[in-house]
Order: sequence, then structure tokens, then C-alpha cells
Amino acid sequence: MLTLMAISIGCLYAAATYMILRRSIVKLVIGLVLLSNAANLLIFTVAGMTRKAPPIIPDGMMLPDGPVADPLAQALILTAIVIGFGVLAFAVVLIHRAYEVVQADDMDQMKDTDT
Amino acid sequence: MRPEIALPILVPLIAGALSLLCWRSISAQRAIGVIGSVAMLIAAAVLLHHVWHDGILVLQLGSWQAPFGISLVADLLAAIMVTLTGIVSVCTALYSLATINREYTHYGYYPLMFLLLSGVNGAFLTGDIFNLYVWFEVMLVASFALLILGGERKQMEGAIKYVTINLLSSALFLTAIGLLYGVMGTLNMADLGQKVAQVEDNGILEIVAVLFLITFGIKAGAFPLFFWLPASYHTPKVAVSALFAGLLTKVGVYVMYRVFTVIFPIANTGIIEPLLLWMAGATMLVGVLGAAAQFEFRRILSFHIISQIGYMLMGLALLTPLALIGGIFYIIHHIIVKANLFLISGLVFRLKGSHDLAQLGGLYRSHPGLAILFLIPALSLAGLPPLSGFFAKFTVIRAGIEVDAWWLVAVALFVGFLTLYSMIKIWVEVFWKEQTPEAAAALQPRPGPHTSLMVLSIALMAAMTVAIGLAAEPVYLLAEAAALQLLNPQGYIEAVLGVQP
Repeated sequence: MLTLMAISIGCLYAAATYMILRRSIVKLVIGLVLLSNAANLLIFTVAGMTRKAPPIIPDGMMLPDGPVADPLAQALILTAIVIGFGVLAFAVVLIHRAYEVVQADDMDQMKDTDT
Repeated sequence: MRPEIALPILVPLIAGALSLLCWRSISAQRAIGVIGSVAMLIAAAVLLHHVWHDGILVLQLGSWQAPFGISLVADLLAAIMVTLTGIVSVCTALYSLATINREYTHYGYYPLMFLLLSGVNGAFLTGDIFNLYVWFEVMLVASFALLILGGERKQMEGAIKYVTINLLSSALFLTAIGLLYGVMGTLNMADLGQKVAQVEDNGILEIVAVLFLITFGIKAGAFPLFFWLPASYHTPKVAVSALFAGLLTKVGVYVMYRVFTVIFPIANTGIIEPLLLWMAGATMLVGVLGAAAQFEFRRILSFHIISQIGYMLMGLALLTPLALIGGIFYIIHHIIVKANLFLISGLVFRLKGSHDLAQLGGLYRSHPGLAILFLIPALSLAGLPPLSGFFAKFTVIRAGIEVDAWWLVAVALFVGFLTLYSMIKIWVEVFWKEQTPEAAAALQPRPGPHTSLMVLSIALMAAMTVAIGLAAEPVYLLAEAAALQLLNPQGYIEAVLGVQP
């Protein structure tokens, strides 16, 4: 399972990089979506995927019984997903406005401010 | 428990919320803009005062003991940065009264400005690496919106690059945090510092350190990751440019100072030190050469941000006490000077109606006072005595000589020389030469209300530059104390985690 996750995260990073390097701004945003998801999955995986051991303390005990899954990683991912969603929503509106203003879905048409 | 640590974050958040509530009233939003930033400056100054007297202050949010909760930590460097944020925000708030018109206020300028400020202060004060990511995002979202306020074509083009590179750096940062958490199992910076020190020869940690270097290098605008900065910083309103120029890249530099002293002390990570030295030299040189090629007021200034970042990185990379003092002094000097130069470019635009050096001219004859106000930050940026930049450059370069980093010293001196060239170029083109009659006929001044407020905020910052130059010793002592805290991360760790047996 770990190997499978590692491979798919690697594929996501690679696909994201490829998409970000495209000239089309729509594909650029797709690349950013993939990238943030790749990072989230990475946190999920490196924090350890523990099956059948929810982090619950049994009645009458002070500590969980044996090793349990780490709930903090899930909290981190949840935060990152929400932030990523907000930021990407902005990015989508931005490219829409940019498309209206520049009249092209092409980064090469957007070189006026470069130096 | 020191609740005053949270105030510099809470005050701008509250002020931002209040100005949202007063959405319909322009004058109320403006009043909140000024009062809120003055209140933030006071909160920051009080914090600096307390940190100076009582040492590192820590606030455990929700009273969850570190390393389990989120800690807010104010050491001297953080308190200095927060105070500088306050100074810049007061001056830009005054400046905004004159330049941000009804239309921009309706786009939500003031709430966004306060959101940006609370994100910046949060990034300075947090002691938790994931919380740092959250503050970064708060800051970024606000800066995205401020950057495109107005929606002109060049703003859109600049914003696409700015947004893309910053989202990329956020994703890399998140990746680094994930890897670090997977290896060390903690997110508290002090706890991380303690635990990373006990690990020997872990390849993953080296990778995480390099990822951090890339992430913060992008935020700081360091070579070779700076291309987004000159493509976007000259596009928004001048008040926004000044806020960005003064604060945002310095957040990246500050975080480097923090992470590469507490979590990954440079001396212990083999690959970071040569990389950082190389980056510092190249950043200085490339920035200043880029500026030399430019002929637009704000683009020249944008490239100079980059070259100055190089000096700050040089202070960190050399990592002697003197070098760190110089680096911190440099940050203090640079934030005030750079924001001021951007504000001046806005005033010149109002008087003459252009940012293009070729078309401008003759301002010394018509506005000699403004010319003097320009010379103070400009010559300070170039490092002429007795202004603040001289002592900053002098300390950094002296530190370089002491450790025999001759090539870096040579680059720093050469770049100082070119900075002077660049400032003289602006002086000659904008103030000294006669404006050509064609240009004078083609350009319209852009009259607006309250020009005296623009002059006031520029004069305030110029006065501060002179004051730092004339009274360099107290500032030097402050920087020295901050540098000593950085060089002894054990003090930071003990303040956050409590004294370990």
C-alpha cells in the first residue's frame, strides 16, 4: 500500500510540474490543483497509514491501548485542503479575469510586465 | 502567559473586521485604517519593550503545553520585525488617505490591508511550523487581492506570475512540513530544533532543509528564484507596492533567519551554508545589474529589493555574531528606506503623471524639498554615511572581511557602488535634468486630495532613516541583542519548552 501511494504521489507531482510548465493558463491552474493534492497525500502517507486503530482511549484508561493512528496529520491535511481550496478559487477567478482582459489563454501573450 | 504577544495579530484582525462592517462609509474605513495601524504600532512597541526587559516571551494558545499546542513566541528579532511592520503600516495608512480613492475603498482595500498585516505579524510571532504555513497563506491571499485591485491588464499579467510562483512555493513548503513531521513527529519549532540536533546524518532532513531554502528563497526573492518580483511589484497602487516592498520579501528573510538558526543551524547542515553564500552573492549582483538596465522608477526599485535581499542573506550565511548583527541592522534599515522610496515614486507620479525616467525631469527646480526627501532614502540605500544604510553595509562587509570571505566582500562593495549609480540615475533623470518640452506637453499631472499627507508620511520615514543613521548605537545594540538570541537557539528552546533537566 505504501509503495502504491508513493508511486501515485510521485506521478501527481510529475503531472503537476508538467501542467504548470504549459503555456495555457487553464492548464496552469490544473497543475496547481494537482500540486496541492499531491502535497496533501504526501502528508497523509508519511505520517503513517495505520489500519484498524482509531485514536480512541478505551473506558477507564488514561492512554490508548497499543499503537494508534496519528490524528494530527488528518487535522493538518484538513487545514491544508481548506486553504488550498480558497486559494485555488481565487486563482480560477483570476485566470478568468485575465482571459477577459488579455483575450488569450496563452502565457506568451502576457509578457508586458516582464523585464 | 503573556497575552500581549497576540495583540499585534489581533489588532489588525479586529480593525479589518470593523472596516468590513463599515463597508458603506468611506470616511469610517479611513479613520479605522489610521487608528488601527497606530494601535498596532503601539501594541508592537509595547511588545518590543517587554521583550527587551524580560527576554523571550511565550504564549501557549489555549494553555496547551508545548509542544502539543500552538506557541506564539516573541524573541527580540520577532519583536523588532513586528514593530517595523507597525511603522510601515502607519505611514502607508496615512499615504492611503491621499491615494486610495472611493473606488478602491469600495473594492475592499482597508480590510485586505489589515488581513495582510495580521498575516505578516502572525508569521513573525508563531513558534509552530505548520502555523507558519497558515499565516503565509493568510498573507498571500490578502496580497493576491491587493495586487489585482483595479483590474488593469498589467496587474492581471503580473498577478498570474505572482500567484503561480507563490502557490508553488506554498506546495513545496507543505511538502517539506509533511516530510519533517513524518520523520520527527512534531511541528513546534523549538521541539524540532531540539530533536533534529539529536539526529545524525539523515538524508531526508537534508532534503527538507533544501526544500525550506527553496521555499523561503522564493518568498524572499533570492537568486535564482526572484523573477516574479520585478514582474509584479510595479503594477499595483503605490501604497500597496510600498507595503509589499517593505514587508513581504522580508518575511521570507526573517523565516530563513529563524529556521536556519533554530531548526537547522547552518553550521550543522553541510549543504545549506555554501548554497546560501552563493545565493547571497548572486542575488546582490543580479538584482543590481537588473536595476541598471531599467528606466522605469518602480522597476528600478523592485530590482533593488532583490539586490538588498542579498546583503541580508550574506549576514545569515556568514553566521558570525557580527554578520548577524549586520543582517538584522540591514533589515531594520531596508524596510523603512525601501517603503519610503516607493512612496516617493507615487508622489512623483502625482506631480508629473509618469513613472518613466526619460519623460520626467525638472523636479529639483519646481520641488526642491521633495528632491531632498528623495536623496535621504536614496543615498541611504546606496550606503553613504551618515545615513542608516552606511552602518548596515559597513557591519555586514566588516563581518565578511573578518572571516576572509573576500569574493563576497568584493561583490558587496561593487554592488554598493552600482546601487549608488542607480540612485544617481534616478536623481539626474527625475530631479536634475530639464524635462523635454514634448514630454512636458504629453504628460498630465494627476492632482488628488491631501498631497500634504503623502509628504508627511515620506518625511516621517526619511526622518527615521536619518535618526537610525545619527543614533546608530542604540539600534546596533538592539540588533546585537537579537543576534545573540539567534546564535543561542538553546535559549529559544528553553523559553518555549521550559527548562529541561
